[in-house]
Amino acid sequence: MLKFLAKRISATVVVIALISISVFMIFAILPMDPARLTCGKGCSTVTVEANRHRLGLDVPVQVQYGRFVKGLYAGRTYGEGAAEFSCPAPAFGYSFTRHECVTQLIEEAFPVTFSLAIGSFVLWMLLGVSFGIIAAKHKGKWQDKAATGFVVAGISLPVFITALLTLIAVIKLRLVNPIEMGRWVSPFSDPFGWLKTFIFPWIVLALFSSAAYTRFTRSNVIETSSEDYIRTARAKGLSEKVILRKHTLRAALAPLLTLAGLDFAVLLGGAIFTESIFNLPGLGRLSLKAVQIDYDLPVILATTMLAATFVVVMNLIVDILYAYIDPRVRVG
Amino acid sequence: MKPFLEVKNLSVSFPTEDGLVKASNDISFSVSRGETLAVVGESGSGKSVTSLAVMGLHNRKSAIITGQAILNLNSGPVDTISAPEEVVRKLRGKSMAMIFQDPMSALHPYYTIGDQLSEAWRLYNEGSKAAGIKRATEMLDLVGIPAAAKRVREYPHQFSGGMRQRVMIAMALINNPSLLIADEPTTALDVTVQSQILQLLRDMQKEFNMAVILITHDLGVVAEVADRACVMYAGKIVEQSNIEEIYYKPDHPYTIGLLNSIPRLDQIEGRRLQAIPGQPPSLISLPAGCAFQPRCTYSHLVPGNLCRTQVPDLNEKFAGHFSRCHLTEAQLIEARKSVGGQL
Amino acid sequence: MTEPILKLEGLKKYFDSTTGGAFSKKKVVVKAVDGVDLEIFPGETVGLVGESGCGKTTVGRTILKLYEPSEGKIIFEGQDITDLSRKQMKPLRSQMQMIFQDPFASLNPRQTVGALVGATFDIQGITPPGGVKKEVERLMERVGLNPEHVNRYPHEFSGGQRQRIGVARAIALKPKLIVADEPVSALDVSIQAQVVNLLDDLQQEFDMAYLFVAHDLSVVQHISDRVVVMYLGKVMEEADKKDLFASPRHPYTKALLSAVPVPDPIKGRARERIILQGDLPSPVNPPPGCVFHTRCWKVQDKCRTEVPEFLQISARHRIACHFPEPAA
Repeated sequence: MLKFLAKRISATVVVIALISISVFMIFAILPMDPARLTCGKGCSTVTVEANRHRLGLDVPVQVQYGRFVKGLYAGRTYGEGAAEFSCPAPAFGYSFTRHECVTQLIEEAFPVTFSLAIGSFVLWMLLGVSFGIIAAKHKGKWQDKAATGFVVAGISLPVFITALLTLIAVIKLRLVNPIEMGRWVSPFSDPFGWLKTFIFPWIVLALFSSAAYTRFTRSNVIETSSEDYIRTARAKGLSEKVILRKHTLRAALAPLLTLAGLDFAVLLGGAIFTESIFNLPGLGRLSLKAVQIDYDLPVILATTMLAATFVVVMNLIVDILYAYIDPRVRVG
Repeated sequence: MKPFLEVKNLSVSFPTEDGLVKASNDISFSVSRGETLAVVGESGSGKSVTSLAVMGLHNRKSAIITGQAILNLNSGPVDTISAPEEVVRKLRGKSMAMIFQDPMSALHPYYTIGDQLSEAWRLYNEGSKAAGIKRATEMLDLVGIPAAAKRVREYPHQFSGGMRQRVMIAMALINNPSLLIADEPTTALDVTVQSQILQLLRDMQKEFNMAVILITHDLGVVAEVADRACVMYAGKIVEQSNIEEIYYKPDHPYTIGLLNSIPRLDQIEGRRLQAIPGQPPSLISLPAGCAFQPRCTYSHLVPGNLCRTQVPDLNEKFAGHFSRCHLTEAQLIEARKSVGGQL
Repeated sequence: MTEPILKLEGLKKYFDSTTGGAFSKKKVVVKAVDGVDLEIFPGETVGLVGESGCGKTTVGRTILKLYEPSEGKIIFEGQDITDLSRKQMKPLRSQMQMIFQDPFASLNPRQTVGALVGATFDIQGITPPGGVKKEVERLMERVGLNPEHVNRYPHEFSGGQRQRIGVARAIALKPKLIVADEPVSALDVSIQAQVVNLLDDLQQEFDMAYLFVAHDLSVVQHISDRVVVMYLGKVMEEADKKDLFASPRHPYTKALLSAVPVPDPIKGRARERIILQGDLPSPVNPPPGCVFHTRCWKVQDKCRTEVPEFLQISARHRIACHFPEPAA
């Protein structure tokens, strides 16, 4: 087991390193010049070069990368003299445009994204799995058809359409004060405010994601129900309720675990559309702005690596959990 | 002493898009404690369908079941066909139990053997989880699984096919049922394992004094294990008697045909297998008369085209020996002469 | 003395596999066939019997080079085909064919019967006199199918009929050797006899040799001239049919025969039953010495350590056992 973990963890580190290198390379190749772009208007060539030096862009790419890696564990100092400042470890860099340490920006954005992710996750799993079970139990009847309709709608509507429609509905129906939305409050200090901020984004994401889970649950439950061991359970005299709960669902939902885990991990990297439309200051919006508007390499680098880390780590967690559930995987 | 199970005029049909599938028709038989009844037939004969109906395992919404299956319990008779589902459910695993053909897929892959056995026991007995595991271990021991205390904590995939079938038997017997239905229990097993399992079933029957219904297509297994047999074809019983009568004095062309068509180890001298021509009929469109007639080599002996127009009744030709055929006894005796082996 | 049409010398087929779960994978070797010598003469039927894991199906497939042998030699009609490539094997395949067990899985559901049987000719580039279509119809009739159904699809036929299609396909090019891998196991009892009779008749007509691989001893006894009994990749006993069934000398053969239920209540229950203890060991980890020793009731120390050499009991009867059973 330890050997397995060691192998997987080192693989994780390699993947993340490769991703960071890829992002660096992409930036090295692109023709735009961050030193000029972030200098502001009317910068003379000298100022641009000074800016370039300040941003640490006047050294070769490898050296930049080396400094970046060092910054991860030792912190990093930027600029000289009066303009000097440092970012504590883990230093992902310094935002060219925001004049803040990237780590700081991430620390602020992450709770928002996490709140968005966790709420949507719980909601979409509840919706998806329940609808799936109902559809499977009433296969062929109206409940099944309604669930299928819901699935088709959910998958077909792009998330930004759903988000925009929801936003319009919310504002028109005055469900929430639009000024109050898009404002981060901690769930610990103001739980009601937190809920108000996130409830509609949750609904949007849940509607979008639960569709696939409804379909998946439905087909898994139907397939599992025809397995021989379910017939055995019935022959033993167990009630249908117990059979569904203990036997059918346990087998049918296990494969969902992998999918769900990975979907959640992806969401942790930032839900770009939803955050933008609902104006939530999370990782998604942070990275969107960095790419679209600011051309802010350190921020992009940081968010990309973070998103990748979430997925790779979750992959590992899910594999371990699956082995816990399915003994055949464990012992072979 | 009343038989434990009395099946009377049991019929099971399934409405499908293509028509009504008459899976089993007008089935009547009884089984007493300590007795083994073999239900013999090929695929489509209706042998499994009948037993599933006795156990109440058909979906009442999609199957049309008429007739009676009466369990003569100590507390009084219960007809599993007409009794409410809850009542029948509480008899399953307790008064009547069933084991199926494929042991490889009959156990839940995610739970230990001990948990699954314990679940069966705790359903009808007051007891803690630990007590359940203890009972499970005892049963594993009883059915001949070595190192039971260790294996009770293992998972199904860690057992071989023969061992899994033993586990299934243990699970079926854990609550001392009075009726055990075994549906092709050894078909999927190797022959040396098959003889172990058949021996086990015989021993368990004695131990628990159960009525046993053995469903199979294997005439060798039937001869080995059964006291009585009913032969089914196209959903109906075509012959029913005690085991020696069936093998030495078969009274139906289908039975005779089967006995003629199987290769036998006790006859090394080359004798050409007398195959039954043709195929079993579709259960949706059964012929007007006798279902076996299209394949029967003797139907021309019956005057007036009777076999084609009239379904024969199940008549008691001799004491306890029933046959569904228009042929006279004399004609059947002639037909029997073709069967190899002891007559 | 005629030459055998097929000769196997020390044939071995090992498969690489992994065991263990997600967290601890280990490489293992499955010794499916572990040293088999065999001869099949023209026109005869050799029955190859054994239980799960004995390697009989693997032997059949390796003979046809569906698997590449790990060791040993395969000699077909005097030619060493062990190392022939697929391309080199192609012309030979018209002479060695296979009938498969599962009539449902072995026919492409998207092809008509005509296409399935006719493909044999196309692949070998042979045009029978009268054309492929006529020949296919003739073959269908020969195996007991209605030639008018030539354009139907497999799912429109019953199990027994599909097996007949498989037979038609196998005999299309009049091969000298047919490996029949459990050809009747998946069929209903009353249909089995039909197909067995058909195979019998065809053999007479075309003078083909059969390797009849099966676990059902009664069928093997009926159709074979000689029988080879395998266990865990090795041959235990080989003899003419009469000798093997009347007087088996290997303990395993004896146990195997005694385990087969006989359709006769009085005789069946009276006969001596040898019930083997325990499970079939896995071919991943075969026992040392005599592979059967873990279940043998006469096991001695020698059996646990020494692999038995073949003992020639008579000209055509040999066994691999240190302590053979007495003659019946």
